[in-house]
Amino acid sequence: MTTRREFMVGAAGLGFSILLEGCAATPEARERSGASLAQTPAGGARTVNAWASLSPDGTIWIVNPAVEMGQGSQTAIPLIIAEEMDADWSRVVIVPAAPDDKVYGNPGFRGMMYTAGSATVTGYWDVARTFGAQVRRVMMENAARLWNVPLAELSTEPSTVVHAKSGRRLGYGEIAAVAQLPAVAPAIKPEELKQPGQYRLIGKDVMRVELPTKVDGRAQYSIDVQLPGMLYGAVLRGPVEGSAPLAIADSRSRAIPGVVSIVRMPFGVGVIAETPWAAFGAKDALEVTWDRRARAFGHDSARAPAIYSAAARDLTRSGKPWDVAGDAPGAMQKAAKIYEAEYICDYTYHAQMEPLNSVASVSAAGDACEIWCGTQSQTMAVAAAAKALGIPPGKVKLNLMLLGGGFGRRGHRDEEFVVDSVLLSKEVKRPVKVLWTREDDVRNGRFRPLSVHYLRAGLDSAGQIVAWQHRVACDEVTAFQDPVRYKGGGERDFLAMAGSELSTYDIPNRLSEQLPQQTGIRTSSLRGIGFGPNKFATEAFLDEIAVKHRLDPVDLRLQLLKNAPRGQAVVREVVAMSEYRRARPGRGLGFSFIDYAGTMVAAVTEASVDRKSGKITVHDFWLALDPGIAVQPDNVIAQTESSIIYGLGLSLTERISFKDGAVQERNIRDYGVPRLEDIPELHLKLLSTPNRPTGAGQMATPIVAPVIASAVYAASGARVRHTPFLPERVLTALG
Amino acid sequence: MAINFSVNGRPVTSAAPEGTPLLWVLREELKLTGTKYGCGAGQCGACMVHIEGGRTFSCLTPVSSVQGKSVTTIEGLSPGRLNALQRAWLAESVPQCGYCQSGQLMSAAALLAANPRPTRAEIKDHMSTNVCRCGTYPRIVRAIERAAREG
Repeated sequence: MTTRREFMVGAAGLGFSILLEGCAATPEARERSGASLAQTPAGGARTVNAWASLSPDGTIWIVNPAVEMGQGSQTAIPLIIAEEMDADWSRVVIVPAAPDDKVYGNPGFRGMMYTAGSATVTGYWDVARTFGAQVRRVMMENAARLWNVPLAELSTEPSTVVHAKSGRRLGYGEIAAVAQLPAVAPAIKPEELKQPGQYRLIGKDVMRVELPTKVDGRAQYSIDVQLPGMLYGAVLRGPVEGSAPLAIADSRSRAIPGVVSIVRMPFGVGVIAETPWAAFGAKDALEVTWDRRARAFGHDSARAPAIYSAAARDLTRSGKPWDVAGDAPGAMQKAAKIYEAEYICDYTYHAQMEPLNSVASVSAAGDACEIWCGTQSQTMAVAAAAKALGIPPGKVKLNLMLLGGGFGRRGHRDEEFVVDSVLLSKEVKRPVKVLWTREDDVRNGRFRPLSVHYLRAGLDSAGQIVAWQHRVACDEVTAFQDPVRYKGGGERDFLAMAGSELSTYDIPNRLSEQLPQQTGIRTSSLRGIGFGPNKFATEAFLDEIAVKHRLDPVDLRLQLLKNAPRGQAVVREVVAMSEYRRARPGRGLGFSFIDYAGTMVAAVTEASVDRKSGKITVHDFWLALDPGIAVQPDNVIAQTESSIIYGLGLSLTERISFKDGAVQERNIRDYGVPRLEDIPELHLKLLSTPNRPTGAGQMATPIVAPVIASAVYAASGARVRHTPFLPERVLTALG
Repeated sequence: MAINFSVNGRPVTSAAPEGTPLLWVLREELKLTGTKYGCGAGQCGACMVHIEGGRTFSCLTPVSSVQGKSVTTIEGLSPGRLNALQRAWLAESVPQCGYCQSGQLMSAAALLAANPRPTRAEIKDHMSTNVCRCGTYPRIVRAIERAAREG
């Protein structure tokens, strides 16, 4: 039996414990040069309730509050704690956090356990460092007591307290065996935290802890879960959100061997079978008549832009304000010259590689359940499962699995793909793995909204932009994805509007506003959220203004960035890297800059346009970014490569279309996900500066569309204003 | 009728209906979950395995068609120790979410088996069967080049 001393500190509920016995590291963990993952998931015997535990054998258990979807947070947050703790990284074992917002919620995300928005390192930065420093302080205070020397004479090396004067050393494990823990955690002043020059782990690139499991098939996603007695589920949903089955003809489905049950659900029809192939076959054989009460019936994505455009251009209709500075309408009236333009972004789909799925095992009495899923929010998944069963969240045990991609799809308040398995397991009182086919994942997708952007800019007689107006007509996103946050956040649709603010630019009078379109279409955060469409519109517009007003696009940005030296630095860097001033015959060079929540990004790209087919080829792509401190620099580069490639698809090929409210695309190929042959040469420069980290998981995605649009104009004279830049749209723009 | 074949050198029997995709037999009947489901239509390559040494979309392969044949999955690519390709994958930190990577590795292994020193153009052409939504493509190219070099 393990005994434990622990304390809990601070508003965020930080705490740590010292395990006195019975908690040895696995031999596998000892052999590794880096940290390892706990073999038992949350809820297992080695779970610690606090943020870290020290064992007398030197093992350091650190809790990871984030989910892992390839972005590296599972490594980065424990690494930050280990840095300030001065822990020996090879002795660290990472443990997934229990679903508890009060202890593990992201302070940068209103205290929710929610891995999204590139906000994990940013949000936990202060608490993780402070907590690590507190553990180190307690180790030092104990050594001071044991040696009877002043605290000020002590220093630390990895997992060791050192008294340089006498040459004495004590390992953290040795101290843990005899440590006294203070009743109150020591206060750590911000200036007592390490300076970047003192880092041993941050900025040095350790291997992501789960990486070895991703090259030999061992990595476990929820789709891989196997349980004794497990059945397979498939769900046929209505063609649009909110439609329900009126009549179900299921005799052909029931005739398929292995089909166990067919279940009417509020939103569709569930099939439960002995095998996945029986479940899929039975689902495909269902004949269902749906009611047509849902709002989205009739929605047509080919016709919608004209409707949205009319709303955006009708200046007598005021929108919901987002970014307000000075008096934009007043300044616009006094401007010497006004430019205007309109941009459109089509619906887009996440296309995470792992189609949605989950596993649930509901107790025979229906009063408890266990779930296995890949969610972006552990607490939302638990709450959704509890709500579906009408039981307290404490009766839901979560097994958090790796995510085969997230990109915003797995962070909806209702976690519908988790509820699917809970409802079907409840029906048969056996574990059920619900699998969405790729066709289900596309058809039942939740999408980045369709948006029409009407922009106006007023320039004074000196050519300075003095007024800026950006009106965004788009489907609502936040209200659908997360009604709780929407209501709690003043009903501001930040998932749609983020990025329309231009606070980094020196433009004194600005107004961005939303004209929400009530379409009933399922919408979602998607990598880059509002920054994607909004930065496309604002940066493409600035490129047009520069050309029309005979300003150099780079000089215009440098002028607008006169109060943002870090912005200027990335601009100058990318101009130098790309030899921007050197002409490329037959090709065009584009340029763009964005400030993504404090991360500064500038890009140049070289593209050519086939005037016969309208096809755009992107040859080279240069990008410089300053995310502040890069905890894992090579991972920041990897995330940036990833963000650019994601942005290429959104810019050139990817779109979702609707007819009568129903999604028309079916799978990976007709949706248009980029492949290796589509990828330009990438040239990246990370300008890490000693500033608070501001995020790195998606910062480049929004810059791709405007920089390509700029290059297409330079190459061909065509202004492409509608993403994706499909060949037929390029041909139309070529005239 | 039972279908007999070998997986990673081990004889196996499947009771699944003959039209069942090999992918689902591997994953849910034989519990070899390293091979992934991504599209079910031969469009993404997450399900790539080797049949008689050649790479094949297991999602498009009826289990009956492998009767008597030899199938290799990611679990059998280099059992017990990592091969040059897997080591290169780690050295270049290729995987992000990792979901497609079994298929990427099986495709890359088939490439190097047939062409130990592929050009960059040959790599791009061969590997464009496999989708990676995290966009690890530049690192996949570097890792294949490294494996070819360091073999």
